[in-house]
Amino acid sequence: MYWEALRRAHDEELANDPMVIVMGEDIGVAGGTYKATSGLYKKYGEARVIDTPISENGYTGLGIGASFLGVRPIIEIMSVNFAWLAMDQIFNTAAKVRYMSGGQLEAPVVIRSPGGTAHQLGSQHSARMEKVFMGIAGLRVVTPSNPRQAYGMLKSAVRCNDPVFINEHELMYNMKGEVPDEEYFHPLEGSEVVRPGRDVTLFGYNISVHWCLQAAGELAKHHGIEAEVVDLFALSPLDRAGIRDSVSRTHRAVIVEEAEPAVGVGSEVMAIINEECFFELDAAPVRVSALNVPIPYNHGLEKAALPNPQDVVAAVRKMFGV
Amino acid sequence: MKDADKKRLLREMLFARRFEERCYEAYVERNIGGFLHLYPGEEACAFGVLEAARVGHDYVITSYRDHVHAIKSGSDPKEVMAELFARETGVSKGRGGSMHIFDVKHRFMGGYALVGGPFPLAAGIAKGIQMQGGDEICICFLGDAANNQGTFHESLNMAKLWNLPVLYVCENNLYGIGTRIDRSTAVLDQYKRVSGYNIPSAQEDGQDVELVYKAATKAIRHVRSGKGPYFLELMTYRYRGHSMSDSNAYRAKKEERMWSGRDPVIMLRDRLIKDGKLTLKEYKEMDTEVLDEIEGEVIRFATESPEPDVAEVEKYVLAENDPWVRGGVAS
Repeated sequence: MYWEALRRAHDEELANDPMVIVMGEDIGVAGGTYKATSGLYKKYGEARVIDTPISENGYTGLGIGASFLGVRPIIEIMSVNFAWLAMDQIFNTAAKVRYMSGGQLEAPVVIRSPGGTAHQLGSQHSARMEKVFMGIAGLRVVTPSNPRQAYGMLKSAVRCNDPVFINEHELMYNMKGEVPDEEYFHPLEGSEVVRPGRDVTLFGYNISVHWCLQAAGELAKHHGIEAEVVDLFALSPLDRAGIRDSVSRTHRAVIVEEAEPAVGVGSEVMAIINEECFFELDAAPVRVSALNVPIPYNHGLEKAALPNPQDVVAAVRKMFGV
Repeated sequence: MKDADKKRLLREMLFARRFEERCYEAYVERNIGGFLHLYPGEEACAFGVLEAARVGHDYVITSYRDHVHAIKSGSDPKEVMAELFARETGVSKGRGGSMHIFDVKHRFMGGYALVGGPFPLAAGIAKGIQMQGGDEICICFLGDAANNQGTFHESLNMAKLWNLPVLYVCENNLYGIGTRIDRSTAVLDQYKRVSGYNIPSAQEDGQDVELVYKAATKAIRHVRSGKGPYFLELMTYRYRGHSMSDSNAYRAKKEERMWSGRDPVIMLRDRLIKDGKLTLKEYKEMDTEVLDEIEGEVIRFATESPEPDVAEVEKYVLAENDPWVRGGVAS
């Protein structure tokens, strides 16, 4: 399962390098809200698997400062909504310190956090913040859509010398999937064609990859449309070449994002399509996004605010006029 | 402190004073851009504390008022001035500027421009020291107004909780930009505020470099011996505005006169003269020598240095050719 893949990556990296530490709220004795660090406190001790106070900006800054001396902190922020409080240290220090020191310092921290909406968690526990992180120079952003990526990306991120934000999802920790038995490092740049197709490209990332796959199945079965699904597992930098190649094959694009539409993955991918392959297009690209509202508590309202696979099917059918 | 050390310190402090005054002129001449925060009046704080530390061994981190701390940590004043002149030869290769002086080879870990930002970074550096097992400490200099940020409380809590080797030095200059401390802060004595975290602390006259040295020696001994964090408050005053864009109209002339009567450079000078260790003539010669060095070497180096190559504007954003970005590289 996804959480087990994360746990294994933590365990292997802690074993590999004594300078790797894990920090966050309830990640030690309690094993982590999503079990990603379960058992590791006992195995590696409280100096390396650190239960922090509820001080997001403080402990994130502490991890960044430690990274200046060669410590490799994996910082878990329990919910991405709390990461707003750590933005000062993430943006003002981690992302900028290499540049403003003329390359003398670097902040090789990994910050993992679940974003996305779960079930009726309300406005302040349903943020989708990937759009905010991906807009900042000096920060890498990846978002694993399956256990293999979750495992391999965390391992690469720990060893990479840049600060890496890993955008996970509250609903995905129990997702099943294959993870290689041998040690595996997933790229932090690029994209992956997870379903080849000739008629339209559906761009997804994290949970929306699965909505795209579901929609592609339905489009093939009921409408004779063969959709290609591209997993944008790296959000910063985005894979310009991968986006161009796929759209150059299919000539149509739909971007599916769980977040509100403004200034997001969809608008950024559209801009890249315009810049890279505008004349390959047979139709104007379309995005399927959440409504521009704080996420409501009421189940019906919450559902109405969020996109789903049927919305993706509807967008493609409209594009093809079928 | 030995007489020779006092005389050396006097020269170093005088150099820092003249360096900062020359920065002011260079700013007016438009050789320095952006924001410029100057240190005159507060010299005894940095010099007294760092005289008691092991510079180049201990880590130092501070805010945007950082030139003098870097120089006392071992930075070449020429490279600091070149940074202010935005040159490739500057300590931060012209990418940082006045507020972002970094000189990691001397363990000067940077100047940061968000008030209170270095509090947790210093605790983190101390965590790194603790993991490496060395006897270094981290010294974090910040102003009194930084103590009203959440990072102050969050960092003190963690530093005590994890017994981190960090010395927080509060340079209390009584103003947060243009707002006097009693109008922004419920508790005026900053050293009292850390008692809530069970961290030992002291308050000292920040204008008398010998008293600062003594208080810092005690503080550093505490931290280096493994007893955890310490907080040292130094009462001081800055002569100029918060930055060059500050009209400095909010302070009473009487108050300014009172503090200029307690000038850290003059106080040390007069003490040495009174003790018969220095003559006024020697002091004046020292001053001339300092001014010549600043003009003939420091300013000259900065002026003659090249600017960064515009083709390199995207360098230093991310690590170059990091193999882990591509993944699949087995250990």
